[in-house]
Amino acid sequence: LSEEEVIGRLKTLVETGIIKRLGLIVRHHELGFAANAMVVWDIHDDQVGDIGRRMAELPFVTLCYRRPRRPPDWPYNLFCMIHGRDRHIVLAQIAELRGALGLSQVPYAVLFSLRRFKQRAARYRASDLQMAGAG
Amino acid sequence: MMDEIDRRLVNLLQDGFPITERPFAELAPQFGIGEVEILARLEALCSDGWLSRFGPMFDADRLGGATCLAAMEVPEEQFDAVTELVNAHPEVAHNYRRAHALNMWFVLAAEFPDRIDQVIAAIEAETRLSVFAMPKLEEYFVQARFEA
Repeated sequence: LSEEEVIGRLKTLVETGIIKRLGLIVRHHELGFAANAMVVWDIHDDQVGDIGRRMAELPFVTLCYRRPRRPPDWPYNLFCMIHGRDRHIVLAQIAELRGALGLSQVPYAVLFSLRRFKQRAARYRASDLQMAGAG
Repeated sequence: MMDEIDRRLVNLLQDGFPITERPFAELAPQFGIGEVEILARLEALCSDGWLSRFGPMFDADRLGGATCLAAMEVPEEQFDAVTELVNAHPEVAHNYRRAHALNMWFVLAAEFPDRIDQVIAAIEAETRLSVFAMPKLEEYFVQARFEA
C-alpha cells in the first residue's frame, strides 16, 4: 500500500466508526485517577434509554451501558463507570448525578474497585471479508 | 512531571488527531513548538508511563469480535486461586475485585461471539462457580476524557 492509501483507509475506518477513536490512550491511574466505581442502577425499562443518554453526557461518566438484569441476584440494568482522583470526589459526583437526573428514588449500588488484577488492550483480528466491506 | 504543554497535548490527543501525512506538523502551531518537539514529548510521555499507547480503539463488534462483562461471587478463601484460573484465559482483558457480593468483575474479549460462551463455560467448569454474563445491550456514548 502507498502512504496515501493507508491514510485514506484510516480515515474511512474512523469515519465509519470501526475505529471508535484514534489517538492516545492514557494510563488513568498514573494520571491520578485513583478511584473508580462501577455504579449500577435499576431503571424502568421504558426510561432506561433516555436516562442512559443523559448519564453519558456528564463529564465524569467514562462508560455507560444498558445490560441485562439477572434476577434475583442482580436487579440492575444500567451501568456507568465514574473515575475520580479519590473516593470522596467519586461519591460527590454520584450525588450530583442522582440530583441532576432525578434518580433519588431509584435503587442503585456503588461498586468501588478494590484491586486490579489484569489489564491489557483487547486484540481483534478482522476477517478479510469484513475489512474489504469497510473499505 | 508533565508541564503545561504536555497536559494540553494529552488532553487534545485523547480525542484524536489529524489523519494526514504530517499530523504533528499540523498541530505544532497551536502549541507554539515544532513537530520534532511534539514527537519527542509524546515519546517521553510513553516511556515515562503516562500513556498506555497511541493508536486505534476499535469497535470490536464491527470487526466481528465480541466483548462481554462477566461477574462472579467468589468465596473469600478461594479468591486467589479463582483469580489465577480466570486470568489464565487470554480472553480476559481485565479483571477487578469490587466491593459487592459479586466480587470479581472481568471483561472477556474474543475474536468470535461463540468464543465468549466457550470461555465462560470453561471458567465455570474450572472454578465450579457460576459466571454471570452481562453483555452490553446498548451503549451510550460518553463525552468524558481523563483530564491530565
